[in-house]
Amino acid sequence: MTQYLIAMYQPDGVVPPPEVLGPIMEKLEAFNADLRAADALVFSNGLTDAASATVIRHNGHDVMVTDGPYAEGKEHLGGFEIVEAPDLDGALTWARRLAETTGLPIEVRAFAEAPGAAGQA
Amino acid sequence: MNPSDAVTAVFREEYGRAVSVVLRTTQDLGLAEEAVQEAFAVAAERWTSEGLPEHPGAWIITAARRRAVDRFRREAARGGKEAEAALLRQSDSEAPDAFGDDRLKLLFVCCHPALAAQARIALALKVLGGLTTTQIASAFLVSEATMAQRISRAKSKIRDSRIPYRVPSSGELPERLAAVLAVVYLIYNEGYSADLGTQADRAGLCMEAVRLARIISKLLPDEPESDGLLALMLLSESRHRARSGPGGSLVPLAEQDRSKWDEALISEGLALVQRCLRRGQLGPYQLQAAIQAVHSVAPSAAATDWRRIVRLYDALATLTPGPVVELNRAVALAEVEGPAAALSVVDGLGLTGYHAFHAVRGDLLRRLGRRDEATEEYAEAVLVAPSPGERAFLQSRLGDLRSPRSEHGNERS
Repeated sequence: MTQYLIAMYQPDGVVPPPEVLGPIMEKLEAFNADLRAADALVFSNGLTDAASATVIRHNGHDVMVTDGPYAEGKEHLGGFEIVEAPDLDGALTWARRLAETTGLPIEVRAFAEAPGAAGQA
Repeated sequence: MNPSDAVTAVFREEYGRAVSVVLRTTQDLGLAEEAVQEAFAVAAERWTSEGLPEHPGAWIITAARRRAVDRFRREAARGGKEAEAALLRQSDSEAPDAFGDDRLKLLFVCCHPALAAQARIALALKVLGGLTTTQIASAFLVSEATMAQRISRAKSKIRDSRIPYRVPSSGELPERLAAVLAVVYLIYNEGYSADLGTQADRAGLCMEAVRLARIISKLLPDEPESDGLLALMLLSESRHRARSGPGGSLVPLAEQDRSKWDEALISEGLALVQRCLRRGQLGPYQLQAAIQAVHSVAPSAAATDWRRIVRLYDALATLTPGPVVELNRAVALAEVEGPAAALSVVDGLGLTGYHAFHAVRGDLLRRLGRRDEATEEYAEAVLVAPSPGERAFLQSRLGDLRSPRSEHGNERS
């Protein structure tokens, strides 16, 4: 088994109206329930708006705290799921469904270490 | 064949199979390639002095696998967990490959949609075709360093993101197979467009594409599109010798010496077309092959069943609509309804900048006696022609137009 990060990218400051967001959230709930039922869910949550991000930088001797987000652009990480899958195709099956559910671009990346290896719970 | 040529020939023939089989042991493409390359290095020395063994492919696989296992033993002795796991797998992977599908699995890995399109082509040629990075770089007109980086990045991605070594399940198969066939056809087209030029490495791509298509067609006999693609390439290859005129200039289909067409490739292609069409699951490659088949059985351009070709293009346009299909259909339509009808179709296509569009338009205008406009179109086509052979052909058309009186047909060969 490999753990995969399934990251959702969303446009900054765009909050869909309740009648659009409501059904999406319901489908997301169902999606997470299916992940749990398949024993594939490690972690899942959405993030607050990217405008609320804070960036910390070490510049050699001082640590600087500034307003974020770190990466420039009009789209930022909006939330993510960590899933366990036997291979990339397995992770892509989940990611595909998430893309259909949210309409957002999704990025899938494998974690470097296998579950249970050094540094993990 | 001298001994070192014989080793080279075995390399090209057996490399992909050897890598795909050793991959069962190593589960890592880089390690499998290393082991096979080392085995070939030993073989090159030994076979040059002692001659080839009876089954050179099997010899390579055995030697490469032994090397991979030795390496895992050394690593396991130093406490390598992955190596231990690999040795445990070893007993399974010794079992003979009942379905002979190792290369197919590898092909599906190389053509995984998660890999960059250019990387898929390069990887397929490298690990299945046994082409060197230098050859692939030269075929795609990029530096060797760029190509090496492209290939190594793709291999890292396969390893890091765990792209699985397997033939996709039947649910995913149509979509994934389409990606594989697209890669094979792109390889063919790369070679085809260079065929008329001078680069041997690029011409070799056509042969490689046909070889890969044969593997797919043999291992997935229930997929008519793979037969369709193989037939399409075989029928196109059958005209290889007739396609290139003096100085490498392209000879269009209508003007080819049909006695130079390769009968064996034609009959193989025609048999495949009949076999796949009989299944009644039409697809774009099958239809394109069927169109080529109509040309293949025609005694001359004039005696071609153009109505049938127009109907086949109609079917193709339903499956894969687009201006390029319409353009090709218009070429056939000109033979059925005349150049004026075809021109009115072509004019609405908006393919400015595409050399075939200008070439077809130029030809139709010429046949309508609109000489000045035809000259302009051919001049435009020459500017954007992708290969020296096509450029030479278009130049000669342009020359004919500028000098008085000429009669020619024109169609993609």
